[in-house]
Amino acid sequence: MDSIGVLMACPMNAYLEQELEKRFRLFRFWQVPQKPQFLKEHAASIRAVVGSSVAGADAELIEALPRLEIVSSFSVGLDKIDLGKCREKGIRVTNTPDVLTEDVADLAIGLCLAVLRRICASDKYVRSGKWKKGDFRLTTKFTGKTVGIIGLGRIGTAIAKRAEAFNCPISYNSRTEKPDCKYKYYPSVVELASNCHILIVACPLTPETRHIINREVIDALGPKGVLINIGRGPHVDEPELVSALVEGRLGGAGLDVYEHEPEVPEELFGLENVVLLPHVGSGTVETRNAMADLVLGNLEAHFTNKPLLTPVV
Amino acid sequence: MTVGHHMDDVDSSTSLSPFPKQQQQNSSLSTTQFDSPMAADPESSGGPPPLRRRAPRCVLLLRHPPHFTLIDRPLPDGFRFLKPWESPLPFDDFLASDDVRSAEAILTSQGVPVTADMLRRLPAVRLVLTTSAGLNHIDLAECRRRGVAVAGAGEVYSEEVADLAIGLLIDVLRKVSAGDRYVRRGSWSSEGEFALGSKLGGKRAGVVGLGRIGLEVAKRLEAFGCTVSYNSRKKKPYVLYPFYSDVRELATNCDVLVICCGLNEQTHHMINREVLLALGKEGVIVNIGRGSIIDEKEMVQLLVQGELGGAGLDVFENEPKVPEELLALDNVVLSPHTAVFTTESLSELCDLVVGNLEAFFSDKPLLSPVLDE
Repeated sequence: MDSIGVLMACPMNAYLEQELEKRFRLFRFWQVPQKPQFLKEHAASIRAVVGSSVAGADAELIEALPRLEIVSSFSVGLDKIDLGKCREKGIRVTNTPDVLTEDVADLAIGLCLAVLRRICASDKYVRSGKWKKGDFRLTTKFTGKTVGIIGLGRIGTAIAKRAEAFNCPISYNSRTEKPDCKYKYYPSVVELASNCHILIVACPLTPETRHIINREVIDALGPKGVLINIGRGPHVDEPELVSALVEGRLGGAGLDVYEHEPEVPEELFGLENVVLLPHVGSGTVETRNAMADLVLGNLEAHFTNKPLLTPVV
Repeated sequence: MTVGHHMDDVDSSTSLSPFPKQQQQNSSLSTTQFDSPMAADPESSGGPPPLRRRAPRCVLLLRHPPHFTLIDRPLPDGFRFLKPWESPLPFDDFLASDDVRSAEAILTSQGVPVTADMLRRLPAVRLVLTTSAGLNHIDLAECRRRGVAVAGAGEVYSEEVADLAIGLLIDVLRKVSAGDRYVRRGSWSSEGEFALGSKLGGKRAGVVGLGRIGLEVAKRLEAFGCTVSYNSRKKKPYVLYPFYSDVRELATNCDVLVICCGLNEQTHHMINREVLLALGKEGVIVNIGRGSIIDEKEMVQLLVQGELGGAGLDVFENEPKVPEELLALDNVVLSPHTAVFTTESLSELCDLVVGNLEAFFSDKPLLSPVLDE
């Protein structure tokens, strides 16, 4: 298969890169000096694109690759892939569901605890020598707090299960109410936000969910409320979020994603009620290896005419 | 710290004569101090007041509990708190004073000891009440010998402490504090992707001490897909987690160790070099018990040498001193003994202290007695 051209959209994982190199003819898109030139030269041999949460396959790229058969994403999110275009052209799309569900859910709860119990701020307090001069402030208990989840898919459900171990009452909003679900459903995000202490974004990013966290939702969550975003940056109207936090209209936030990664609004750097992570939701050795194997497995399956492992399109 | 209650003001203005004399006096004297309505009521039947304590309910307060101050709560009504720091006398003389010798209860906090000597000098004491869950600052053996009841924070803190244990564990494994630092210093833009952490699911977690806190920790660990086993003084008959009688064996068979036991003679430096080496290069230790349960010097050395994978610590041997070497490590999360300090738990704790004092002085059962296990 080493004559099959695979275009890797951006750096994402050394092991994956190595394996792709071994098995295919690998093109590293980020190392290409002149993209139009490169595409003219090599488009004909590229039959697969490997993307991630950072870069995938938009309409422009898809059009430029006439022999593209499959887009295999090193992520579960598909917001960087023009799914409509892929369907139109019969291009297969795969992602990496399930293998990263637990890590992302673990991190969501880790962020809840870090924000409410000020774990990062306390650690900084100790490291700066301040503990010698006086005790840290009181923080807020996590156990028993109401948790609202936007999106009750694999990740949302895993978050709920963990929060239940902390006796948190769970409520949710999603496109449609889930039958046989023991959690309380709210038909709108604003209503959900009005009725929970901690709001967690766990839905896919689509045109409908862009800026699903807007001023109205933030106001509903309020000065004691906490927002946790382990979805995608564009889920949140970031300037609104920043001003709400800076002005004290929102109680706190735990963020793993931002509108323009790796840029993070600097106004947040001085706040101790905010925890800022560099998009590490699935960032464990174990899970990234599993994700890489899934990408490779899907490509193998496709090019040997076997059923795809985790197809989306 | 100005939470002196009006009751204390009244007390300080009355004479310091011993209580038995006061009791014999006219009931109009200081009746506002008494909780018994009959003693205060001139229209009463005239029969003797009930045999409940009519004297001011004296409590030796070894240190003003910050738990009350932190939530702006005054000390409770209806008790006379004897405060060494408000007396001009040196502590020994203060203890020997008539007032203090009549104290029936001692209220203390973590780190403020109730010694055998103190108990001997205060023969009227029948209750030692502490605001902490930990009891290592109280001479329990002497209390037992003297039939002095001991009451603590009961279950008030268990959830809080368990929450912090899990928070610290996730932080260490998933590098939450380190990642936050990475972002705030601009490294995500300049240096690129942050380091990978380690998955919680599938980790073998060993809980050391399976009391109230240990059980809450175990329940949470399970929700994250960890398999739980434990070490405790004795195997618990109603518990399904695998039991290890030897803590080193537990460490050998675990990826993570969470210290949830109390500090006493047996547990002092129980987590020593051998146990930490058994936990191993990828192993993580979380301590929300007491600093001295771990041989801190050994732990620091092993962390620095890379023989131990990481640590999440809320307690240290010489608080608030934290070994300098730890400040330079990214695989360590340091917390300034905050496990119990949330507004919710303090509020419950204050209620519990008041409830225990009320119960004691009304000869009712204590709310959170410490029972021998």
